[in-house]
Amino acid sequence: MRDVYIIGVGMTKFGELWDKSLRDIFVESALSAMDDAGVDHIESMFVGSMTPGLFVGQEHIGALMADYLGAAPVPAVRVESACCSGGMALRLGFFEIASGNSDIVLVGGVEKMTDSADVTAALATAADQEYEVYHGITFPGLYALIARAHMARYGTTREQLASVSVKNHHNGSLNPRAQFQNEVTKEQVINATLIADPLTILDSSPVSDGAACAILVSEKYLKKPAVKIIGSGAATDRIALHQRDDITELRAVKVSAERAYRMAGIGPENIDFAEVHDCFSIAELCIIEELGFVEKGKSGPFIESGNTMLEGKIPVNTSGGLKAKGHPVGATGIAQVVEVVEQLKGTAGKRQLKNIHIGLTHNMGGSGASSVVHILKLVE
Amino acid sequence: MIGIVGYGSYIPRYRIRADDIARQWGRDPETVKRGLLLKEKTVPGLDEDTITISVAAAKNALRRAEIEPGEIGALYIGSESHPYAVKPSGTVVAEALGITPEVHIADFEFACKAGTEAMYVAYAQVRAELVKYAMGIGADTSQGAPGDALEFSASAGGSAFIFGKEKVIAAVIDTYSYTTDTADFWRREGAFYPLHGGRFTGAPAYFKHILGAGRAILKKNNLKPEDFTYAVFHMPNGKFPMSAGKRLGFKREQMEPGWIVPLMGNTYSASSPTAFSATLDIAKPGDLILLVSFGSGAGSDAFIFKVTERINEVREKAEKVKDMLTRSPIYLDYGRYAKFRGKIIMNE
Amino acid sequence: MPTPGYTREIPQRYRLEANKCKNCGKISFPPRLVCPYCGARNFEPTKLSDTGKIVTFTTIRVAPGRYAAYVPYSIAIIELNDGVKITTQVVDCKPEDLEIGKAVRIIFRKMYPEGKTGIICYGYKAVLI
Repeated sequence: MRDVYIIGVGMTKFGELWDKSLRDIFVESALSAMDDAGVDHIESMFVGSMTPGLFVGQEHIGALMADYLGAAPVPAVRVESACCSGGMALRLGFFEIASGNSDIVLVGGVEKMTDSADVTAALATAADQEYEVYHGITFPGLYALIARAHMARYGTTREQLASVSVKNHHNGSLNPRAQFQNEVTKEQVINATLIADPLTILDSSPVSDGAACAILVSEKYLKKPAVKIIGSGAATDRIALHQRDDITELRAVKVSAERAYRMAGIGPENIDFAEVHDCFSIAELCIIEELGFVEKGKSGPFIESGNTMLEGKIPVNTSGGLKAKGHPVGATGIAQVVEVVEQLKGTAGKRQLKNIHIGLTHNMGGSGASSVVHILKLVE
Repeated sequence: MIGIVGYGSYIPRYRIRADDIARQWGRDPETVKRGLLLKEKTVPGLDEDTITISVAAAKNALRRAEIEPGEIGALYIGSESHPYAVKPSGTVVAEALGITPEVHIADFEFACKAGTEAMYVAYAQVRAELVKYAMGIGADTSQGAPGDALEFSASAGGSAFIFGKEKVIAAVIDTYSYTTDTADFWRREGAFYPLHGGRFTGAPAYFKHILGAGRAILKKNNLKPEDFTYAVFHMPNGKFPMSAGKRLGFKREQMEPGWIVPLMGNTYSASSPTAFSATLDIAKPGDLILLVSFGSGAGSDAFIFKVTERINEVREKAEKVKDMLTRSPIYLDYGRYAKFRGKIIMNE
Repeated sequence: MPTPGYTREIPQRYRLEANKCKNCGKISFPPRLVCPYCGARNFEPTKLSDTGKIVTFTTIRVAPGRYAAYVPYSIAIIELNDGVKITTQVVDCKPEDLEIGKAVRIIFRKMYPEGKTGIICYGYKAVLI
């Protein structure tokens, strides 16, 4: 396989972008990534999006975006794996270059969620329609089931869950593209409106519009400083949460991380910081356990004592995460890459980390039935 | 011997008190309760209808009958609240019970008499030797117009009876039907609530048919009220059945076990069948029981049953009516009741 | 849900029909073509137990449109007595009545109507016992 580098990234602000359409936001982020990379053409493109058909009634968005980017007739395809559609688009772009098929690829993610669709129902299509959703479960509900089980099994507390949101809102307050740039307190999180007990609205990522893109290249177009993709791993699990032997285990996350670590030839101890899929507070706890940052069941105290804060042992979700930055589902996996690239290149502004070399992105679909992990290293 | 081989009832857990309905419409609760002899009534959960209630009652009947569901060759459901105008309740119930596809199915409607109608036809099917076992169900989630007297009584529940020739717990001694065209109560196609003729529902309707059927079946069988241990009459309110029974010559003690209306309300097609089920819950071998239903429109079906030794073997195999009526009810205020009964106009 | 799909699911929704792997003995619900435990492809039909216990639970307070009238409603993952787990609503009780480990029985209930004129969908739910 050939080496693959990220030479440019771009994203829109995340939030309620009332005056911009699905195609507007994608093209805006794509142009911004191309300008960042200093390129004027691409050879193929992969567009991650979960369900533009349900959100705005538009399918076939590979071709649509290629058209409106002025890139047609490049080959373009939409990639879907629920909330990790963006991460999977990156993975396909990675292989497109690694295989030698293209030398310059645009990977992106986009979702337009605020155009009055039944968002709860649309997101629930990522779960098992016949045996979960039919019975009235929602995504907050699925993660609440995990949270209750994790609390019962490991003694994880309501306060520990809240500390994820507190941290991510703090980081979001330092990110000008975040949907929420305000701090919240533990008390505010715990006392906020319940969505699916024990999770409140402040445990939950918001409904967002947004798009993010990255330009991947082979050696042929490499411009330093760049970020090299040194590991890519993906995995799946039983789609219905109830069919898993252990409700608190996200096996796809664990396996996808192991695969990415193996490709990179490193382990979790070599990761300096990470952007992970905190669609709900409980998710961040489970994920950092499966990524190997902390022992299974110990994430609650680990997070509560500050290990994942900006100045902690392993900063997690420096961007504000899905919670504060926003979660336009298909865009999230690429927006994570935008953050890691900017941190590695030292352009992350007020939330800039010091002495970092290797970052990890983790993007997850459904209640963890699909997962994709990338490991990125600065090349100067 | 042909008779009932299994019986079972189902009563939802939700209730509304007569006081709360009276206060909602600016009426004096004590006057209303004294007038109708009703304290509270059952209310179906948001996820309950004639079909789900029928399934729950039928499962209890199967527990007592101890037969394979597949042996049931006919299934009839009487209700004035079938969820579909067109599409049978019976097919859903039969699938849920696992008795398809070799089964004859029909939905009946005859105001409050549809339940005993289903029992009557189920019995006839067995007697005609067309099927080994047949099930008749009376189930309803009755409607009464907001503010109307019927709103104090219209309730939810169901009872199922399996008829057969073997393992009989209550033999059918005789049946009799008394029917005329009497417009005392009706609901037109598409109308949400029924209308009724006020006091015209009494003497010319309820009493004429109940007494007509009751007197005729007694005479036909050469039996007197004192030959019966128990008697059950349709219960549109607390007063009517007691009054009808007394006029036929029955005493309060004979009617009391089936007089569940003060707590249950009028469960329309399930009213007299559930009262009969409550009576079987306490009946002893050898007891004679008279059951007379009434359906507006109008007609009455009368049955004489004789309880067998087997009643003692099956009684405890399913929950009894009195226990269902008293086991931790969940009380609704009028607002939640209105929501549960679909009385609030909502957007799609 | 479209009528053909609804009709197809009746054995599972109404009667909890499952299949049991002839090789490893594990039960799959819904029935599968490949055993997720051992990879074998031969099954025999079976029916799930109608009692079990709560593994984990939540109360849904923001629901998709078709369940909006039910909020707040409780949902649990139930482990049935045969070891099979299912996700379903626990009804006829208050949210605070639920606890991990509590026993439940499976019952037959209405799920939701397809708008004002479509079919009415039914299926299994649970009640505390």
